[in-house]
Amino acid sequence: MKNELGRKKDAGPLWTLSPVVLWLLAFLTVPFIIVIIMSFLTRGVYGQVEYTFSGEGYLRLLNSTYIKILVNSLKISLFTTALCLIFGYPFAYYIAKAPKKYRALLLMLIVIPFWTNSLIRTYAWITLLRTEGIINSYLIKLGLISNPIQMLYTDGVVLLGLVYTLFPFMVLPLYASIDNVDKAYLEAASDLGAPPVKTFLKVTLPLTMPGIVAGCLLVYIPTLGLFFIPDLMGGSKIMLISNLIKNQFLTARDWPFGSAISIVVIMITFVFIGVYFKLSGNKRAEVI
Amino acid sequence: MMKQNKLTKSTFSIYAAFVYIILYMPIVVLIIFSFNDSTINAVWQGFTLKWYVGLFDNKEVLEAMWNTIVIGVISSLISTMIGTLAAVGMYKYNFKGKTVLDGMLYVPIIIPEIVMGIALLMFFSQFKAIFPLGTLTLILAHITFSISYVVVVVRARLEGFDRSLEEAAMDLGANQLETFVKVTLPIIMPGIVAGALLAFTLSVDDVIISFFVSGPGSTTLPLKIFSMVRFGVTPEINALSTIMLVVTLTIAVLSEKIRMKFSK
Repeated sequence: MKNELGRKKDAGPLWTLSPVVLWLLAFLTVPFIIVIIMSFLTRGVYGQVEYTFSGEGYLRLLNSTYIKILVNSLKISLFTTALCLIFGYPFAYYIAKAPKKYRALLLMLIVIPFWTNSLIRTYAWITLLRTEGIINSYLIKLGLISNPIQMLYTDGVVLLGLVYTLFPFMVLPLYASIDNVDKAYLEAASDLGAPPVKTFLKVTLPLTMPGIVAGCLLVYIPTLGLFFIPDLMGGSKIMLISNLIKNQFLTARDWPFGSAISIVVIMITFVFIGVYFKLSGNKRAEVI
Repeated sequence: MMKQNKLTKSTFSIYAAFVYIILYMPIVVLIIFSFNDSTINAVWQGFTLKWYVGLFDNKEVLEAMWNTIVIGVISSLISTMIGTLAAVGMYKYNFKGKTVLDGMLYVPIIIPEIVMGIALLMFFSQFKAIFPLGTLTLILAHITFSISYVVVVVRARLEGFDRSLEEAAMDLGANQLETFVKVTLPIIMPGIVAGALLAFTLSVDDVIISFFVSGPGSTTLPLKIFSMVRFGVTPEINALSTIMLVVTLTIAVLSEKIRMKFSK
């Protein structure tokens, strides 16, 4: 950029790019530097921040309570991702193989719920599932049960909420990669006598690996941040890493510890993105 | 063989139909029950609009609605301007640090929202005097995460852009600014409009980042819904959610249509 300016030939890069560079420096880079610095500071007695360096925030994370929360979050995220993949693959496959004239419509129907506020979709499930909710009310009215079933505030329902919210993130990249598979490979496999199942396992599945990896990444990362789903559907019983971060900032007022947890979440994210690049061989995250 | 094929096909179709039903069931039920004439909300009692009428008497909801619109409009305008310029710059020029900037543009899309929320919260409270938590900080935060999406959408539009058109304009004596305004801009306009609508929906829809950077006097509709849900479930929230669903869906479908129509 400097060179171009020096030559006074083309001020284009300056005009077009300096707003975004300045904006990102101010509202992205600086804030993240603050998180890093904050994670090494200390919480004062009254919840204020004391400017003494310590790695205490990180050390506290080694406490078994927090390790448990971390492991539990990673586990729930893993389950969410796995369920999205298991339910999403055949579904994406169906759309990709659907007659061309319906395909745009079928895709649009996937995108629509994805466009609606995830909080509202979570809330919609709550109106269905809670003790005085629609499902229980109708089951009682129809005489199928006499007492409402407790459905909310369980691990299973939190999983349902997460899978439901993130499902489109899995289906779209899967669809793209299944759609990309060259039919000639499939024909070749079947000409050579491979039964459909074998063709699928040996040809389709490996060829759609980039889509699988991208989908898993797009589902896994947001699960670490969606604090309102465990909050509203899991009650206080289920504590995930996102709830922990939120509580450190709003209830416990321990910003250094909250920052340390956030840094760990960022590092987990980067590890997964690194794995994604490695597996997909892509230079850019062409997943959106 | 044929028969088996047909069987798998219909199994697939049934499965897909089932998935679509699950996807839409909660949303449809929510909308239907927002017209339900019953306070306990669970069994259908009859049609009413009273929950909607009630919303328009609710000062806090109206204020949140107004805030949402103001924040959405301002943040989408600014992020569209910055994002469009950035997309054009990234498309046209090669420079040192391009990969770094590219990576930075992806950060808001990739990083979990909660981390960005707390990072911005700490940043704003570090400079409390300039950025008191409220409408201003909400706007700044929304611009920050929207820019990246605008860049992605406008860039996609630029990918299919025929560069020789610009060169022709320059050869015919147009200067850079004229070329940009008269040639480039009209061609990428669909991308810009789609990007702006996307930024607006993202702003109207955001819960997590807004949750951290909103001040005591500045609530948006999703935050209002969040706090209402925590105090209990009432048909009023159904009505408010339905309004939000309809608004965001309309804008989203519109932006998707624009993008699809012109991205071929």
